[in-house]
Amino acid sequence: MVQQTTATSAHAAIPSRPHGQLSGIDSVPSQRPVAMVVDHATKYYKTKSGAVHALEDLSLEIAEGEFVCILGPSGCGKSTLLWAMSGLHDLSNGRVVLNGTPVTGPRPEIGMIFQDANLLPWRNLEQNIRFPFEIKKLDVKPYQERIRGLIDEVGLSGFEKKFPRELSGGMQQRASIVRCLSFDPSVILMDEPFGALDAFTRDEMNLLIQKIWTETGKTIIFVTHNVTEAIFLADRVVVLTPRPGRLAHIFPIDLPRPRTIDQTFSSEFIKVVLQIKQTIMHGGFTDPDTNDARVGIEM
Amino acid sequence: MASELRETIPTFGKQTPPDQQSEVSLSNWSALTSASFAQNWWQATIIGLVAVVVLGGLEVFVRVFDVPAYTFPKPSDIGKALWNNFDLFQPHLEATLKVMLSGYAIGAVIGIVLAAVITQFPFVEKIITPYILLLVTTPMIAIVPLLVQKMGFGMAPRIIAVALAAGPMVMINSATGFRRTDLAKIALARSYGASTFQIFTKVRFPLALPMIIVGLMVGAIFGLLTAVGAEIVGSGEGLGNRLMFYSSRIQMANFWSVIVMLAIMGILIYIIFYWIGKRWASWQA
Repeated sequence: MVQQTTATSAHAAIPSRPHGQLSGIDSVPSQRPVAMVVDHATKYYKTKSGAVHALEDLSLEIAEGEFVCILGPSGCGKSTLLWAMSGLHDLSNGRVVLNGTPVTGPRPEIGMIFQDANLLPWRNLEQNIRFPFEIKKLDVKPYQERIRGLIDEVGLSGFEKKFPRELSGGMQQRASIVRCLSFDPSVILMDEPFGALDAFTRDEMNLLIQKIWTETGKTIIFVTHNVTEAIFLADRVVVLTPRPGRLAHIFPIDLPRPRTIDQTFSSEFIKVVLQIKQTIMHGGFTDPDTNDARVGIEM
Repeated sequence: MASELRETIPTFGKQTPPDQQSEVSLSNWSALTSASFAQNWWQATIIGLVAVVVLGGLEVFVRVFDVPAYTFPKPSDIGKALWNNFDLFQPHLEATLKVMLSGYAIGAVIGIVLAAVITQFPFVEKIITPYILLLVTTPMIAIVPLLVQKMGFGMAPRIIAVALAAGPMVMINSATGFRRTDLAKIALARSYGASTFQIFTKVRFPLALPMIIVGLMVGAIFGLLTAVGAEIVGSGEGLGNRLMFYSSRIQMANFWSVIVMLAIMGILIYIIFYWIGKRWASWQA
């Protein structure tokens, strides 16, 4: 179902990128139109003990159909950045622009996938998947076929009447992926969706997400603190510094697709893992080959 | 709500596990519904047998020791009185039900609405809660004589007393339910562009429902207690009034018949809410 309707558009939206091309820090592969722009995003949270500085002057461009992972240590503001992109939280300064229009609130072309699946426990799977349609007051009928295809694709057929508590964490997250894809958003924001899953289930889910992304050509922005997961999934890995979150470095990942779990043990892959870990440790990145300091932060 | 989402450090879906969320023991729905009952016919038969043995034993005991009827009537006599004199009891049963149900309906609706509104305004909630607690803890039978003095022996004083007993009970439990704001679920609804009203009907209300049902059950039991108490204190009709009437005339078989009816009403309340809970709140267990 998904394959049939969207695969063609997927290939149109993501022309294959020449291998070995190293994009600059904030440039986007030129042949693709920009889907989202984060423009000098700064965020302070008010708390009882004063303001917390979560994001500092972060700018980023994301291309249509691109898979971007936002990576950083806990509390670095990566979730804050994602929630600002979703329109659920305001920025203190700066703005997010989606498809040419500034994001000031939740937008219909955005779908969000949360930590821990975030299913409503009093609804069964089917009712959970219908939830966005009820809120949007959309007739679910024309989407019925699409939803059935999605349920099939993520392997939840036969579980439609089950309640979340009767399902494993992985299955719950699959259901939330169906809920998100059901109304066909063009941009998907994922907030550490697999953080609570065990390593094997996580691998499974990563393969599933890669498959869905390849087939649908959605723009996916994926927040994680797992370096391997980020490299496995992303076109580009955006590394943030510890709080306040600033851009430390952007790593373009040119590993061939579809990627396999085996690939994550290749020397090519491990090299990027090490580079990213060093970037997180030092708050910036120096290319060992050219000794060219590509440091994205000013101290 | 919007400010709640924006002004604090978001937890981004990290939440305390459900077993740590319940604040009072009363809020634990499973405690009320997980009372162990017969799982099959065999166990049900045994429960029935126990009743037969206890009642039969009482019957034998009363007969053998020739216990006078004013101390304790034979269970068979109670049964006979219940059957033969039911038309005597019926208008009083109806009066009690009328008072109880109308008072309860008024109290429950006000309680739920007040809880839903008040929990949106933490400051107002803080101010009002002590007074609601005062209403919960004060036996409302106490105001019946006062109300009767002002309003006469009609149903109004009893209905007011029942509403005042049931309402705060419903309210305080419902408020606990509505206070459970799961920010991640609200954010989910908001990400689809949900209005405040939709967030209430689709997220906050279902989330509060198990606690509302607990409140409704406790409120119903309190309502029944207060209805009967109010009839004892100041009424010419109702099952409570009959208790006084029959005991003053030492008609103990009739007296016990009324007690049996009250016991059945109490058990019915429990059973009804047990099934409502199973249907609407079992997701929490």
